[in-house]
Amino acid sequence: MFKNIPLSAAIGLIITGTYFLAAIFADLIAPYGMAEAVGDVWEPSSAEHWLGTDQIGRDLLTRMIYGGQTTILIATLATILSFVTGSVLGFIAAVSGGWIDQIMSRLVDLFMSIPSLILALVILSSIEATVVTLVVIMGLLDSTRVYRLSRAVAVDISVMDYVEAARLRGEKLSWIIFREILPNALSPLVAEMGLRFIFMVLFISTLSFLGIGVQPPLADWGGIVKENKEGINFGIGAALYPAVAIATLAISVNLIADWILNRTTSLKGGRG
Amino acid sequence: MHPILKLVAERLGIGLLLLLAASALIFGLTEVLPGDAAQAILGQAATPESLANLRAEMGLDRPAFTRYFEWLGGIMTGDMGVALTNKLPIGDQVASRMSNTLFLAFWAAIISVPLALVLGLIAVRYQNRWPDKIISGITLASISLPEFMIAYLLIFFFAVQLFWAPSFASINDSMTLLEQLHAISLPVAVLTLVVLAHMMRMTRAAILNVMQSAYIETAELKGLNTFAVIRKHAFPNAIAPIVNVVMINLAYLVVGVVVVEVVFAYPGMGQYLVDAVVKRDVPVVLACGVIFAAVYIILNIVADVVSILANPRLRHPK
Amino acid sequence: MTESLLEVRGLKIGATVYPPGEKPHDIEIVHGVDFDVEPGKVLGLIGESGAGKSTIGLAAMAYGRGGVELTGGSVTVNGRDVLQSSTRDVRRLRGAEVTYVSQSAAASFNPAKQIMEQVIEAAVLHGKFSKSDAEQRARELFAKLGLPDPDNIGNRYPHQVSGGQLQRCMTALALCPEPDLVVFDEPTTALDVTTQIDVLKAIKDAIRDTGVAALYITHDLAVVAQVSDHIMVLRMGNMVEYGTTDQIINNPKEGYTKALVSVRSIEHEEKQPTEPVLRVENITARYKGTNFDVLHNVNVDLSPGQTLAVVGESGSGKSTLARVITGLLPPRDGTITFAGRKLTPDQPSRTIEDLRELQMIYQMADTAMNPRQTVGTIIGRPLEFYFGLKGAEKQKRIQELLDEIELGKGFQDRYPAELSGGQKQRVCIARALAAKPKLIICDEVTSALDPLVADGILKLLLELQKIEDVAYLFITHDLATVRAIADSIAVMYQGRVQRYGTKSEVLTPPFDDYTDLLLSSVPEMKLGWLEDVIANRKMESAGN
Repeated sequence: MFKNIPLSAAIGLIITGTYFLAAIFADLIAPYGMAEAVGDVWEPSSAEHWLGTDQIGRDLLTRMIYGGQTTILIATLATILSFVTGSVLGFIAAVSGGWIDQIMSRLVDLFMSIPSLILALVILSSIEATVVTLVVIMGLLDSTRVYRLSRAVAVDISVMDYVEAARLRGEKLSWIIFREILPNALSPLVAEMGLRFIFMVLFISTLSFLGIGVQPPLADWGGIVKENKEGINFGIGAALYPAVAIATLAISVNLIADWILNRTTSLKGGRG
Repeated sequence: MHPILKLVAERLGIGLLLLLAASALIFGLTEVLPGDAAQAILGQAATPESLANLRAEMGLDRPAFTRYFEWLGGIMTGDMGVALTNKLPIGDQVASRMSNTLFLAFWAAIISVPLALVLGLIAVRYQNRWPDKIISGITLASISLPEFMIAYLLIFFFAVQLFWAPSFASINDSMTLLEQLHAISLPVAVLTLVVLAHMMRMTRAAILNVMQSAYIETAELKGLNTFAVIRKHAFPNAIAPIVNVVMINLAYLVVGVVVVEVVFAYPGMGQYLVDAVVKRDVPVVLACGVIFAAVYIILNIVADVVSILANPRLRHPK
Repeated sequence: MTESLLEVRGLKIGATVYPPGEKPHDIEIVHGVDFDVEPGKVLGLIGESGAGKSTIGLAAMAYGRGGVELTGGSVTVNGRDVLQSSTRDVRRLRGAEVTYVSQSAAASFNPAKQIMEQVIEAAVLHGKFSKSDAEQRARELFAKLGLPDPDNIGNRYPHQVSGGQLQRCMTALALCPEPDLVVFDEPTTALDVTTQIDVLKAIKDAIRDTGVAALYITHDLAVVAQVSDHIMVLRMGNMVEYGTTDQIINNPKEGYTKALVSVRSIEHEEKQPTEPVLRVENITARYKGTNFDVLHNVNVDLSPGQTLAVVGESGSGKSTLARVITGLLPPRDGTITFAGRKLTPDQPSRTIEDLRELQMIYQMADTAMNPRQTVGTIIGRPLEFYFGLKGAEKQKRIQELLDEIELGKGFQDRYPAELSGGQKQRVCIARALAAKPKLIICDEVTSALDPLVADGILKLLLELQKIEDVAYLFITHDLATVRAIADSIAVMYQGRVQRYGTKSEVLTPPFDDYTDLLLSSVPEMKLGWLEDVIANRKMESAGN
């Protein structure tokens, strides 16, 4: 699978891998404690503090590493929740059809007619934001998009002659879903997973920035911007580091998703 | 009745139903979730008796169904109740903030729509060559950053380093239009950048789709020059998809406004909504949420209706 | 020899290909072709898919479709080399001196504009006629091409007229500017067989009456024989043979041409009906959510080891009949008896034995095989599913089946994308045979294939029928195929069986009007056939 990997996808894999490793081993590689004040306010970068310090003198590199951990953790869990819920319901709708499909699809239409951010704001005005509630809210709201995609993909595949051939052979539903439909649906779904993950990173960062996402003292990338935004007016760029982190992560995941999608089309023997 | 009118009427009917369902969903979400206005006022330490008393006083003990229709009726007539935090009527706040938000969105749209269409056309004209690649590169970069990041990057460079524009976008009636525009130049720039990428990409796809049709080849084989091919054959078929793209992105703009207003402390609907969420002021959240949702849904309905009207097969039935 | 209108010398055409997993690279698709078209004459370009015939036709207008580039040689129109001309000069040529008729008029007309506006556009643009003169000429052409209501049809939008009519409108579009040369690119291929011959006749008459020269591109030698003065046979970007139509049809020199001429001349002795393996009685069916029957009281029998051909045009209900027999569409009324057992109407309730003995082969082999499964898995699954074969035993049987379909070793591990069109269809046949069926439903199994490849598939099916003693229900719109393989025939028209019996009974006069129309519409490889047919018709085709 990794032979003939294009340069762009390799770069994407390396950068994404680095971010995930940093998130997993945050405790080992972070130079200081997460909430530990170790210097003056907004110190410039130095040998002790590579990225300088934040608005209350905590080491910014440490904050960024722990922030990445929170952001990536929430985004990953929300993506998984969104995918499991969305694709299972989408496949069920596609395969069963009829009124089950109708009811689920109309309900999803309704949820998708309101922007996710607005719905998230409405919900978060009533309940406490914790890592769990954030994951659940983001994951479920986003699962509507996964539902639509997986339903569409499954419907497209299930009208193919080879699925009809399997039905006529007398195959059970499980064979049809797992051996005929799923292998062909996997690539577009995995590519979409990358895009949903990016969206989740942007979403949780936005919520935290607005002050209704991850709550202090826990660090996350959106929160770091919120904490350090006053510095910008003094020409201090502490709030801009998360921008670099989010952008590089998002672009590298995008590169991987592109590669996966292209691999799919080439397997079908299409000329592009 | 002309069949196309029937289709449009059908679409409008479904749109109205959707609006109603969306308002019910928003209202329902705040009902189902734990905590209500009485709880928010009294805090976690309130005794059950005081809570019950306040609920009765505020009418919260009546069935949700009744309160929903009262609330909906209020929204329609402009009476949106009072805010929990400052006891001021929400309607007054919404009126002034709405016009501010529309002012911001209007200028962002005025700049981004023509720009996106022109850049989309350029990307098509120079497909797979450097102008196209630069445009798709910028697109990738700007969809990889949240709105507030773009905002702070612009503030950092244009407000703090270069002093070209203010980093806070406060406007009032005593300012001239030019002063107001200067004040909102950065938020407008952010919104433009945010929707530009999507709009450009979708415009490019819509035009490419039309340009690859067989009838474009027919026109080329008639000896028409490129300009005439686009004007006479591509354009009439591209209008509907492009209007669709524009409407969808204007809807997107409405959401982008929320975050941008917070960054620039701009006195609009978005800031009002986020403030209310932080302070758990449920009536304000409900009113703002339903207004944002309505604008979003209406723009999407307009997009659908335009596609129906522009379809020659529906306009000239067999 | 008269002055040539079009003179092509050493024409080379290249294209950029984007093979999966490799860097894009340039290939040559036409390797130096020479030919001439004299004023008022028709040259037929014939070849299978990939022969480069459309590409060559468009080169006469200095046009390369997609990434195609005209890389070498010369194309001289009226004394000017268009490959060396400026863009402006090329535009003056297109739509004025040379015009184009495409395969799909439905896609080639702008859906947002009225037909008249598009028909006269080139004539007015190049200053050939004033707007009102051009409209007058267009109306005359509409009348000449046999379009209904020629005075007003131009005011309609493309989607408001039928496919056959739109193809005539496209011909009017090409003739309107009084060009010297018209490139016809498979103009009748997308049409139903009975419509095709009307359009063909209209095109032929219009060419004769206007005295225009033409390049007529098609894959069907019988069609091109009706309209051309000369024929050039192409294969994989090279010229195979060039000659007068008479010489190519009646006295071909090259082996490839001979094969093309003799295609569909398979001889098949019809067998006499015996106790049927499949009995379809009084079947009436309609699709869910509709309020009209697509099948009305259909009765047919099929004897073991024989072939029943179900023929009809699109919309005749022939594919619906297959869906009813397989149980995908339970009928409203009637019964199906198979191998002495009465079949339940819906497929899920049928026994494994019923399912195994009734197999199906599809028109598009591409979509009939899971692209993620190897040939071995595709053929092996029925063996495993119906007979519980495993391991070496299964491998051995797969290899036997591959040998039967003449695909030999090394195909087991290939994916469908790595096979040619004919090979794919062979694998589908092997998958059906793996179940050891009594009946295989063949739904248009050769209509997506090039004629020579299709011939190979038909011969294979006949061969396998002898070995395996399997019956075929063969659904097709192509009467030449029917003649080649059928023992009995059912002609379907508007959901009814119009005529039914053994092959000799059905194909022997006297005919009912529809069967006559259908039978007479199949292009025959002989000169003057078109005129004879039109003169002797009893019934108008449905496409009008």
